[in-house]
Amino acid sequence: MSTAVAAVSPGRSPFGRFVSSYGQEIVVLGCIAALFIGVGAVNPRFLSNTNINSIFAGNAYIAVAAIGMSMIIIAGHIDVSVGSLIGVIATIAGTLAVGGYPIWIAWLVPVLFAMAVNAGVGALVAYTRIPSIVVTLGMLSILKGGLISATAGAWITDMPADFMIAQKRVFGIPSAVYFMVVLTILAALFMRYSDFGRAIYAVGGNSEAARAAGLNPERTVVGVFVLHGFFAGIAGLLFATQLQVIQSTVPPNLELTVITASVIGGVSILGGTGTVIGSTLAAILFAAIGSSLIFLNVSAYWLRAVLGLMILATVLADMARRRRTL
Amino acid sequence: MNLPALLRHETVLALLVIIALATLAGLSDRFFTAENLLNQGRLMAEVGLVALGMTFVIVTGGIDLSVGSILGLTAILFGVFWQNVGMPLPVAMVAALASGTLAGVGNGLIITRFKVPPLIATLATLALYRGLAEGISQARSVRGYPEWFFFFGQGEILDVPVQLWVLAIATAICAVILGLTPFGRATYATGANEVAARFSGIRVDATKLWIYAGTGFLAALAAIIFVSRVTTTRSDMGTGLELDVITGVVLGGTSIFGGRGTIIGTALGLILIQALKNGLALSGVKGDGTIVVIGIVLIIAILVSAIVDRSRGG
Repeated sequence: MSTAVAAVSPGRSPFGRFVSSYGQEIVVLGCIAALFIGVGAVNPRFLSNTNINSIFAGNAYIAVAAIGMSMIIIAGHIDVSVGSLIGVIATIAGTLAVGGYPIWIAWLVPVLFAMAVNAGVGALVAYTRIPSIVVTLGMLSILKGGLISATAGAWITDMPADFMIAQKRVFGIPSAVYFMVVLTILAALFMRYSDFGRAIYAVGGNSEAARAAGLNPERTVVGVFVLHGFFAGIAGLLFATQLQVIQSTVPPNLELTVITASVIGGVSILGGTGTVIGSTLAAILFAAIGSSLIFLNVSAYWLRAVLGLMILATVLADMARRRRTL
Repeated sequence: MNLPALLRHETVLALLVIIALATLAGLSDRFFTAENLLNQGRLMAEVGLVALGMTFVIVTGGIDLSVGSILGLTAILFGVFWQNVGMPLPVAMVAALASGTLAGVGNGLIITRFKVPPLIATLATLALYRGLAEGISQARSVRGYPEWFFFFGQGEILDVPVQLWVLAIATAICAVILGLTPFGRATYATGANEVAARFSGIRVDATKLWIYAGTGFLAALAAIIFVSRVTTTRSDMGTGLELDVITGVVLGGTSIFGGRGTIIGTALGLILIQALKNGLALSGVKGDGTIVVIGIVLIIAILVSAIVDRSRGG
C-alpha cells in the first residue's frame, strides 16, 4: 500500500517519485488543460475573460470546502452535512451583516459557529464510534430543516458593500480566487509538514497502528472536524457574498459536489492517502465541465449524471490501483 | 445472535409506539380516527417498502444511499416508457420494475465485484441515477395517466388503502425470508463476520447481489405507488428518501455495524416515525421542523444502540 507521503518508493528518480505521488493531480490538471483547449477551439467564447472569471471565482467556495472534506476523507471519515452547513453559515453571516453588526463580527461568528458545530459532530464520531455517515446524515436534516424553519425561505438582500468579501478585487482578480489559492497552498503545506497533518494521514491509514505509535486517534478526529468546520465557514462566507442575494436555502447537492471534488482529486475513499491540491484542481475541473456543457450546447440537466460517472470511474480506478499495489 | 436481547429491543420499541400513540390520541382527537390512521398508512407505504430492503442491506453491514435516486429514476423511466416509447401502461410498469432491479444489480456488482465500500458505491450511484433521471426527463414532468392507474396510490380494498395491503404483504414476505430461511441466515452471517461466513461456505457475494437487487426492486415498486398517488412524474421524486428509510431501520434496532436486526423492528420503527410526523403536524409544526426532529431522533437512536452494543461487550 502506498503511503500518503512521497517518502516511499525508494530507488526511483525524483521525477518518477513526483509522478507517482501526484499521479491523480497530474491527470486532473491534464483534463483541465485538455478541456480548455478543446472547448475553446469549438467555441472561443469559452475562453473569454468573463467566463474564465466565473469558472474560477464562482466556484472557489466549492474548492475551499473540498479542502476540509479532503482532510475528513483522508482521516477515514465523511461528512454529508457540509452543504447544509454552508447554507446555514451564509444565512447567519448575511443576517448579522444586514442587522447592523460590525463587519468583522459578521465574518467571524459564522466561521466560529461552523467550527463549534463540527466539533460536536467530531466528538460524536470519535468517542461513540457511530459511523460519520450516520451522524452527518442526521446533522444534514437538522441543519436543513432548522434553516428553512428559521428563515421561512426569505431571501437576504441589501447587504453592506464592505461585507461582500468575495467580490473585492485585488489586481483585477476577485478575492475568492486568492482565498482558494492561498488556503490550498497553506493546507497542503500543513498536511505535509506539520505533526497534526501527518497524524491525520496516520489515523486514516490505520487508526490502531496510529494509536500504538503514540497518537491519539480520537483527538485527531475531533481536530480534523474542527478544521473542516473552519474551511466550511470560509466557504460559506464566499458563497454568501458572491451574489447580491442570499437565498436562505441549502444549495442542492452541494455536499455531493464537494465530496466528488475530493475523491476525483485523488483522496482515497478508504482513507490515508490524497492531497488537498488534487481536490482544488478537481473543483476547478467540475466548474469547467459544467460551464463547457453550456458552451457545447449540451443540456445542463446531464451535469449530475456526468458527475456520478466520474466518481464511479475514479473510485473503480482507485480500487484497481490498490489491488495492484497490495 | 442473542434472542432474548433482540426481543427486549423490540419490546421497548413496541412500548414506545403504544405510548406515542396514546399521547397523540390524548393531544388531538383528530389522531385516533380511522380516516387519519389509514391516511398515515398511505403516506408510510413508500418509505416502508424501501425500508424492508434497507433492513437486509444494513444487516449485511452495508448501506444503500441511492434508494431515493432509484425511485426518481424508475418514476421517470416509467413515464418515458409509457408516454414516449409508447408501451401499454402495464408493460411500462413491468419495465420500470425491471429497471429499478437493474439499478440495484448495478450497486451490487460495484460492491461485490470491485470491492468498493457500499457507502461510496451508492453515493456515486446516488448522483448517477439522479443525474440520469434529470438528463432523461430534462425537467419535464409526465402527466395524464389513465384513471384506473390511480388505483395503486389512491384506491382502497375493503376500506384499506391499496398500498397498505402491498406494504403488509411485502413485510410478511420479507419477515419470513429474513427470519426463517437459509437466505436470511446467510444475510445475518455475512453481516456478523464476512470472512467467517465466506469460510463457512456461504455465498456472500451472491447474497449481497440479491439484496441490493431486491432493494432496487422495492424502490421501483415504491416509485410506481408514488406516481399513482401524486398523479404525476417528476425527476426530483424521492430526494432525501434514504434519510427517512435509514432512520426507520436503525430506530427499529438494526445495528448499523451489521449482523443484527429484524423486519418487525423496522416496521415498529417506521410506525413510530410516522406517528411522530403526524403528531407534530397535528400540533402545528411545519414540515421543515419535522425534518429536524427526525435528524435528532436518528442520532439519539444510534447513540443508544451503540451504547447498548458496548455494554453487551459487542
